[in-house]
Amino acid sequence: MIRLIALKELRSLFHAPSTWYLLGGLQFMLALSFFGRLDEFLQIQSKLVLLANAPGATQAVIPYFFSIVALVMMMFTPVFTMRLLAEERRNQTLPLLLAAPFSSSAIVLGKFAGLAVFLWLIVLVCAAMTLTLALGTPMDFGLLAANACGMLLLSASYCALGLYISALTNQPLVAAIGAQAVLLGLWLAESTASDGSRFLHSIAPTGHFQSFNSGLLDSGDFVYFLLFCAFFLLLAIRRLDNNRIYG
Amino acid sequence: MPILGYIGHLLQLKERNRMSEAPITLLAVDLSRRFGRHGAVEGVSLQLRRGEVLGLLGHNGAGKSTTLQMLSGVLLPHSGRIEICGFDLARQPDQARACVGYLPETPPLYRDMRVEDYLEFAARLRRVPQGKIAGALAETMRRCGLQDAGRKIIGTLSKGYQQRVGIAQAIVHEPEVVILDEPTVGLDPAQIRDIRALIRELGDAHSVILSTHLLSEVESICDRVEIMHQGRLIYSDTSVRMKQFGGGNMKLEDIFMAITRNHAQNDARTEQAPEELS
Repeated sequence: MIRLIALKELRSLFHAPSTWYLLGGLQFMLALSFFGRLDEFLQIQSKLVLLANAPGATQAVIPYFFSIVALVMMMFTPVFTMRLLAEERRNQTLPLLLAAPFSSSAIVLGKFAGLAVFLWLIVLVCAAMTLTLALGTPMDFGLLAANACGMLLLSASYCALGLYISALTNQPLVAAIGAQAVLLGLWLAESTASDGSRFLHSIAPTGHFQSFNSGLLDSGDFVYFLLFCAFFLLLAIRRLDNNRIYG
Repeated sequence: MPILGYIGHLLQLKERNRMSEAPITLLAVDLSRRFGRHGAVEGVSLQLRRGEVLGLLGHNGAGKSTTLQMLSGVLLPHSGRIEICGFDLARQPDQARACVGYLPETPPLYRDMRVEDYLEFAARLRRVPQGKIAGALAETMRRCGLQDAGRKIIGTLSKGYQQRVGIAQAIVHEPEVVILDEPTVGLDPAQIRDIRALIRELGDAHSVILSTHLLSEVESICDRVEIMHQGRLIYSDTSVRMKQFGGGNMKLEDIFMAITRNHAQNDARTEQAPEELS
């Protein structure tokens, strides 16, 4: 059942022309930033040679590029998550799922899986784009793998948060703005916090992405992302159950 | 002539026997539901046998839709018990819901999907086995007169066809119990006739419960009527006997008004003089 709902979600995403426009625009923007950074690196490369232990192309381009991807995903994920449950409510199609023979958790997990797979496609396309570096220079594949892995986890957690906020309302636009506000708030709290406040650093997903970004695979960060997803998915399931209780 | 009457009586008896022998597919006991302090449904008990069409009749806001939502498992009752095909809806929700097809007041249609994709999705949601899906789709689309609309996008269909798609999703998995909330609302007379014929046909093999505020609908398709007023069931009988109410020469509208008015007066009397009663 989870698979069925996930496939339906993916299919309706790819059926809408607006998805393709968005994906095209997104890739164009990201490609621009990727090649811009690469260009900068090439310009200063002759000076870098004089340094001992100078950073290579991978190290100069990939962390920067993935931090841009993380930022862009933060802005775009709510656009995709807003529809998930809010639109079902607005179009009054939710009873079809609620009256079907499975629990609310299957609905929520199906929706989450469908959108997460879609977001992961975007991340993988970005990772494939950076692989073009291998054409001209030896690459640090470990750094790329750590970044891609962190990005997959980060996008999944954005997706879970967006799904929960979409479960709260019956207006997709409100869900988008709400999710964007929360994500932006978390990011601002993390990035403007003084070095001493460990709490703010540890609560925001972007803070945990930074270690992946610099090539570190920290099991604590893994656990954080899994807990983050589980927390918001549970809230969304509860919210859908409340739908049956409060009408 | 008396002989003809006698034969008619025998036939009626036989019919009633057949009805009372058919297994109970839906049983609701003492359902109540409040929204905030407002009691939408209070103490509703229903039972439905296989091969029966039950009409739930009432004014707007009488609690018909709320009752049907509870029967379909979309809304939990505050108290009471629902059994569908022997499964308790609260304890074995998945088995119970698998026996139900539900058409809400607004058909739950994904407007950007094709009719056949949508029905296939609906069939899979209800766990129709892979091998039987094609057959179930063809049969349902034939029944609902959707053969020519299969490739069309639901959003482009007329209201009548959308209603048919809504009914189709409710019966695509051949459920024991079909719950239809105002199935003919907003349709033109020809479509109403078609849909009524379809519901009658469904009533032969399944149990159907439908809500309506059209008395002619009850007259033409229902075996039994329950009249709902302010969240309670106030009158229950076969539709044939309801027509004999008041000597058999009253119009259905008048009977309905008389029943609900009687009830309202009774209510007022009990409120005015509760001590007299006790």
